[in-house]
Amino acid sequence: MTCRFVALGLHQTDMAWSIHTFANPTRFMRFSAIVLPYVWALAGAGIGIGLYLSFFVAPPDYQQGDSVRIMFVHVPAAWLSQFGYGIMVASSIMALIFRHPLADVAAKSAAPIGAVFTFLALVAGGLWGKPMWGTYWVWDARTTSTLVLLFIYLGYMALWVTIEDPNRAARVAAVLALVGAVNLPIIRFSVDWWNTLHQPASVFRLDGPTIHSSLLWPLFVVAIGFTFFFLGVMMVRMRAEILRRRVRTLQMQQAAG
Amino acid sequence: MAEFFNMGGYGPYIWSSFLIAAVVMSGLALQSWFDLRKQKRLVAELEARATKSQT
Repeated sequence: MTCRFVALGLHQTDMAWSIHTFANPTRFMRFSAIVLPYVWALAGAGIGIGLYLSFFVAPPDYQQGDSVRIMFVHVPAAWLSQFGYGIMVASSIMALIFRHPLADVAAKSAAPIGAVFTFLALVAGGLWGKPMWGTYWVWDARTTSTLVLLFIYLGYMALWVTIEDPNRAARVAAVLALVGAVNLPIIRFSVDWWNTLHQPASVFRLDGPTIHSSLLWPLFVVAIGFTFFFLGVMMVRMRAEILRRRVRTLQMQQAAG
Repeated sequence: MAEFFNMGGYGPYIWSSFLIAAVVMSGLALQSWFDLRKQKRLVAELEARATKSQT
C-alpha cells in the first residue's frame, strides 16, 4: 500500500515537472529556434513536391477534367481550417483549466492561420464550384457552416485586439473558442445530415476513400506541406507573442521605476 | 505550353486558386516574420535602456 502511494506521489511530481517544462516560455524560445529551420524545410519540400505532383503527375479526373486540380488547394486548406480550430480548442482548455502559460499564446497564434486556411478553402471551393456546379456560392450546409467558422475565427481575433489585458483576453477568448467548437461536427457531418451540392466525405470514410489513389497521394503530399507551413508560422507567431508580452512587462516596469 | 496553361478550358479557375493561395500564404508568413523582428527589436531597446538606467 505504502509503495503504491509513493509510486503515485513520484508519478505526480513527474507530471508537474513535465507540464512545467513545456510551459516554460524560455524553453519554448530555445526549442522553437532549433526546430524552425527543419519545419520550414519540410513545409517547402511538401509544398514544392506537392505542386509538381498536382500539375505534372496527377491525371485529369475522368469526369471533372483538369478542374480537379483545384482540389489540391481546396481540400488541404479545408482540413487545416479544422486542424487550426482543433489546436485552438485544445490550447483553450489547457489555458482555462491548467493555466498553462503557453496555452493561450498557442491559441492566439493559431487563430489567424486557421482563418487564412478557411478563407482559402472557401475561395478555392468557389473557383471549383463555378465550372462544376455552375455557381461560385450556394447557401448550403457545408459552405455556410465553413463561412461561420471563418466568422468565429475573426470574432476570436477581434476579442484579442479589443481586450487590452492579455490575461483577461485569454480567458474570454478561450470561452468563445470552446463555444464555437460546436461548429466543427456540424461542418464534418453537414454533407451527411443535409442535402447539399457539396460531395460527401471522399477521403476519411469508414469504407475507405472514394478518390482514385493517383489523385489521393499527391493530395496527402500537399496536405503534409501545408501542415508544416501551419506549424512553422504558428511557432513564429508564438515567438513574437512571447516577446510582445515581455515588451509589455518591460514597458510597465520602466514606467513605474 | 499554351495547352498546359489552358488546362482544358479550366485554366482561369485553376491558376487563380493556386495564385491566391500563394499570395495569401506568403503574406501571412511575411507578416508573422516582420512582427517577430519588430518585437525582437523592441525587447533589445527596452533591455538596453534598463541596463543603462541601472548604471
